[in-house]
Amino acid sequence: TKTPRPWSIFGYFELDIELHEMLDSNKDSLKLEAMKRIVAMIARGKNASDLFPAVVKNVACKNIEVKKLVYVYLVRYAEEQQDLALLSISTFQRGLKDPNQLIRASALRVLSSIRVTIIVPIMMLAIKEAASDMSPYVRKTAAHAIPKLYSLDPDQKDQLIEVIEKLLADKTTLVAGSVVMAFEEVCPERIDLIHKNYRKLCNLLIDVEEWGQVVIINMLTRYARTQFLNPNESLLEEGGEKTFYGSDEEEGKEDKVEAAALVVKRKPYVMDPDHRLLLRNTKPLLQSRNAAVVMAVAQLYFHLAPKAEVGVIAKALVRLMRSHSEVQYVVLQNVATMTIKRRGMFEPYLKSFYIRSTDPTQIKVLKLEVLTNLANETNISTILREFQTYIKSMDKDFVAATIQAIGRCATNIGEVRDTCLNGLVQLLSNRDELVVAESVVVIKKLLQMQPEKHSDIIKHMAKLTDNIQVPMARASILWLIGEYCEHVPKIAPDVLRKMAKSFTNEEDIVKLQILNLAAKLYLTNSKQTKLLTQYVLNLAKYDQNYDIRDRARFIRQLIVPTDKSGALSKYAKKLFLALKPAPVLESPFKDRDHFQLGSLSHLLNAKAGGYQELPDWPESAPDPSVRNVEVKYPTSREKRKEKKVEKPFYSDSEGESGPTESPVNSSPDSDTGSGSGSGSDSGSEDSGSESGSEESEGESDSEKDEKDKRKSGKKKAKKTAPEMKKWRIYVSFCVALLLKCSFPSPQAASPTCGPLKTYELLHRITGEGLAVTYCFSRRPFTGDPHMVSVQIQFTNNTEVEARSLRVLEPKLQSGMRIAEFPEIDVLPPGEISTVHGLFNKLINCFSFTPFFVTIQPPVGELMMPIFMTENEFKKEQGELGTRQAPVFMGLAAKVLANLSRVPCGSAMECRFAGKTVTSGSLVLVTVVTKEERAAQVTVNCEKMLIGTMLVKDILQALSQ
Amino acid sequence: MIHSLFLVSTAGHIFLEKHWKSVISRSVCDYLFEAQGKASAPENVPPVIATPHHYLISVYRDRIFFVAVIQTEVPPLFVIEFLHRVAETFQDYFGECSEASIKDNVVIVYELLEEMLDNGFPLATEANILKEMIKPPTILRSVVNTITGGRELRSVFAWSVAQGSGSSNVGGTLPTGQLSNIPWRRTGVKYTNNEAYFDVVEEIDAILDKSGTVVFAEIQGVIDACVKLSGMPDLTLSFVNPRLLDDVSFHPCVRFKRWEAERVLSFIPPDGNFRLMSYHVNAQNLVAIPVYVKQNVSFFETGSSGRLDITVGPKQTMGKTIEDVVITVHMPKVVLNANLTTNQGTSTYDPVTKVLVWDIGKLNQQKVPNLKGSLSLQSGAPRPDENPTLNIDLRIQQLAISGLKVNRLNMFGEKYKPFKGVKYVTKAGKFQVRT
Repeated sequence: TKTPRPWSIFGYFELDIELHEMLDSNKDSLKLEAMKRIVAMIARGKNASDLFPAVVKNVACKNIEVKKLVYVYLVRYAEEQQDLALLSISTFQRGLKDPNQLIRASALRVLSSIRVTIIVPIMMLAIKEAASDMSPYVRKTAAHAIPKLYSLDPDQKDQLIEVIEKLLADKTTLVAGSVVMAFEEVCPERIDLIHKNYRKLCNLLIDVEEWGQVVIINMLTRYARTQFLNPNESLLEEGGEKTFYGSDEEEGKEDKVEAAALVVKRKPYVMDPDHRLLLRNTKPLLQSRNAAVVMAVAQLYFHLAPKAEVGVIAKALVRLMRSHSEVQYVVLQNVATMTIKRRGMFEPYLKSFYIRSTDPTQIKVLKLEVLTNLANETNISTILREFQTYIKSMDKDFVAATIQAIGRCATNIGEVRDTCLNGLVQLLSNRDELVVAESVVVIKKLLQMQPEKHSDIIKHMAKLTDNIQVPMARASILWLIGEYCEHVPKIAPDVLRKMAKSFTNEEDIVKLQILNLAAKLYLTNSKQTKLLTQYVLNLAKYDQNYDIRDRARFIRQLIVPTDKSGALSKYAKKLFLALKPAPVLESPFKDRDHFQLGSLSHLLNAKAGGYQELPDWPESAPDPSVRNVEVKYPTSREKRKEKKVEKPFYSDSEGESGPTESPVNSSPDSDTGSGSGSGSDSGSEDSGSESGSEESEGESDSEKDEKDKRKSGKKKAKKTAPEMKKWRIYVSFCVALLLKCSFPSPQAASPTCGPLKTYELLHRITGEGLAVTYCFSRRPFTGDPHMVSVQIQFTNNTEVEARSLRVLEPKLQSGMRIAEFPEIDVLPPGEISTVHGLFNKLINCFSFTPFFVTIQPPVGELMMPIFMTENEFKKEQGELGTRQAPVFMGLAAKVLANLSRVPCGSAMECRFAGKTVTSGSLVLVTVVTKEERAAQVTVNCEKMLIGTMLVKDILQALSQ
Repeated sequence: MIHSLFLVSTAGHIFLEKHWKSVISRSVCDYLFEAQGKASAPENVPPVIATPHHYLISVYRDRIFFVAVIQTEVPPLFVIEFLHRVAETFQDYFGECSEASIKDNVVIVYELLEEMLDNGFPLATEANILKEMIKPPTILRSVVNTITGGRELRSVFAWSVAQGSGSSNVGGTLPTGQLSNIPWRRTGVKYTNNEAYFDVVEEIDAILDKSGTVVFAEIQGVIDACVKLSGMPDLTLSFVNPRLLDDVSFHPCVRFKRWEAERVLSFIPPDGNFRLMSYHVNAQNLVAIPVYVKQNVSFFETGSSGRLDITVGPKQTMGKTIEDVVITVHMPKVVLNANLTTNQGTSTYDPVTKVLVWDIGKLNQQKVPNLKGSLSLQSGAPRPDENPTLNIDLRIQQLAISGLKVNRLNMFGEKYKPFKGVKYVTKAGKFQVRT
């Protein structure tokens, strides 16, 4: 019988039904609890995809936590449930237009995380728009979205590169790290995109967040390798002079240049100032608390700095040795590589690499490696004493590694070879077999260097064959005896005899060495060993391993003279007993530095996917002028921004701006911004207060609106589309259903708009088939000269008629007026209808239920042309405030703003005049074309805000 | 960058998974288990494991493996540092970073991870920003949790809490800190008592050899701060003897230029607890070793037994008392049991882990603590030829062994007068005596 299931997560079916009920309820708390349980399931790796329909309709839930959990769910399962996932898209698209930058950013973040190929065009559009957002936070999110889209659809690469290029030019620290990350993932080969931004990146670096710093530093390392000259190569050539003139570098520079020219007749090396800039600006980051940043700077110095300066990184790396063992592991790997090339750098820190019994094995082994690399004539005695204590360790793997290390010290430093050898021989009597075996292997290598002196050791080792079972050690002993059988003429045949007895039970490597031994003895001492050799060869002939059978056959042919045996057997002795070069004991870290240090590939000593090779230094320096950036005349708006954003945090304490000033600088905006969330973006400050209040207003109304929307949404759904019935369950709160129809290609602007720019008010997808665009017709409106006319165009893309389109409860700011929009009774499918309306204020917002839309006219549309002469223009200009900026001339400014052209004498100048609709303030625009497609735009207006915004719009348009 | 994250208990149970890109099957952790099988202890599992299609980068902390799955080249330290940051965040939120606490707070954990990484790239790792977005579990809630214990009751309670006060894990406000120039400090901080405490904690790392001679010794220090100040205070901390500091690393809030020029720490502090700086004391200064240790551990050739005799006494203590002295010895595998007597503190030997712990407590001048007795070995096993090392733990209050002293703390930018305090402590770091 079935036991009653408890009310718990484990009761699967009950759970499913219950969760459905909870998700459908109208209490947020129930929804929240359901979502929490679902997320807990996901976290434990349980499949929760059945709930997708029930969850996704909560995507527009008002409760932030529910919403966030739905996002978590959505991102996790969207890939599996692509069709249903589309239902949520409209919510995010709406979010992308939100006045609050954080909501825009979060919408973009989730939208771009949904891995559904069909929305690639929507994502692309969203990224492009966000990349030119006012808020740096949204731009940062856009940068994050780039690699996501790229991995979803690599065909978008070219378009994405354009966005990256644009974002690379961004001047805020917030964006820098993220966009470089995107650059590295999408187009690391496009090093040319970096040129113009190089100096800016160097200067911003210290204020970028830690993770961004790592990425930027790694990228700049690669960049520098392609653009600058090797500082060390020329140093070698100049070495002689350097000591000669070495006393005073600053002063002697010129002399040195002359001398070098005379003596070497080669252009002396002068470090590119940009190269120096990079080294200088990264150095303070060695003090970072983040190990990854320190490592990144260390590798930069290792790969780029002149030899004399690399030393600074040693101290910082040694500091990291105090960190977690995983950090130590990675740092030690890199230190091991560095110590091979630059031993001197770490020598003062020798003791920091001493091993503690509590270190994990892999750390011990790496420290040993470093100690071995650091060993030289002066410190070898201390190091060997240290090694002696290590040999007593309980950790046998570590002891084995120590023995290897001793062997390496002995080969590298001739003076201690005998001491080491004696020490190792003593280890042969160690109780632990592993220790003995390892010693044998190392001794074998050492003996090969000078065998004649050590026949007693060989004898000693011959005796060990009775006890040692480790195959590698047995093989080593046999090889030694065979190789030096002349030094032990009596023992060798006896060893062979013993081995012949145990042949069948030996490991393969030992068998091969027995064969070797037999062959060598046969050649030197055939009288005693002929029969034994034959016996061994016969055993080997029937061995299971084909290598051994092959070897036996080969040896027999070679050494046993027969009729057929060819010319080779004459040389058998030469072949077998040739003088073999002593093995060179090398560090496994040798030559690892062809991988960029600090990288995963370096750690694994194998190329990981996506690894970018560190390029070799160029022979001659590429043109340094590519990094030159024209100096801008900052507009006052930009100036202000610079004060806040660009001022590096670290340097603001220098002298003139005392410590009291900096909090004043940075705090007020974030203080005031607490409510609206748009505060700290200084760019939007002027409009920020307004939009903030508008938002709060919206919030207070929001509940009612939501209800309205729901009601009408339902009505509409019922009225219009019977085929929507099967979706009703999802429709209870939104009419997102028409979304199911496919996405036609974006539709062209309507003919009535002519050359004027149309703006999208409601995308067809968001609008459930209803598309709305608007444009500013620039036609003077007869009724009221203080109004701007706007033409709104509705397109019905559905199969059914839409009824009663009208403006409901337009939300207007004080002082804003709107003329009545006529109601459209019926909009048949596929039809287009246009209405005209008027309004008159800068920041506008009115809504059409059930869709909330916002009309925000560009500032240029809030003007009307006036006619004046050149002289009048100049006179007025003198009286008005100025905003200006140089730009690249691309198209006429006329498109942007509703101004009239002022006749003008010079061909290089264009002037436009107009006045604002509401207040009638004069607006004067001058565009002066300069050489090289550069131009300067001057806007004169008594309203600072309007002037500033107009300059921005014109700049944007012209630079496109 | 980081593709997926798995949290694995030492027993090999995967109790949390999170994916930032496409889902990766949890079977990828088998490679970790394989490495774990080979390693003698969890600490010995290599932090980077290459598998045919992925790379596993893991850290082992608080008996949990944090395993990040990587597909392409990324600096390994980047991932390791991030994983530790995750563990620290859990610690900060739940008071402890354990399998139980993570399981209990799985939703918060998930919300945190969601904010910390975007598409595998770190997004918000500053505790202050995270706390603005996701509230740590409240004391009230956790108290109720411990009382009721059961899952059902707790969830029922969570509803009532949610309904009653409308509170939830997720903060209603959006993180303004992320947008600001000083992401580590949230805005609108208010305290009735404005306090700033600084703990100067120094650790002695040393290796002494058999005879008590110093093989290697150095002092590492940190300054941990607990700052609860309203508004946007700008602090300046100066030292009497900054020359002592040889190598330093700072919290990002410290202005490096100012340190370079004047050797003062100038910063706008994060709110709450944080590590202001860590430093290394100039190697030229001789390190005062506060204790001496005499020891004799020997194993007899016959009779399967051994003897142990350890004496500890104060040496250079600058007139302060040494407290919390604990000596830990990892015995060789063949030591079955220990029969020891001491004249101070308690000693325990765990025959399973082979760890001898001698908890001494305070050291005073008059009586010298001593531990001696016999060790019984596995019969028939050969005499171990290694000697165990002694790890020493100790603490000295009111003393920074390097002699470092804080001169003064000034505050600018706010009007109120904060309460300030500095505390010094010296501890033993990796302090080993070889035998």
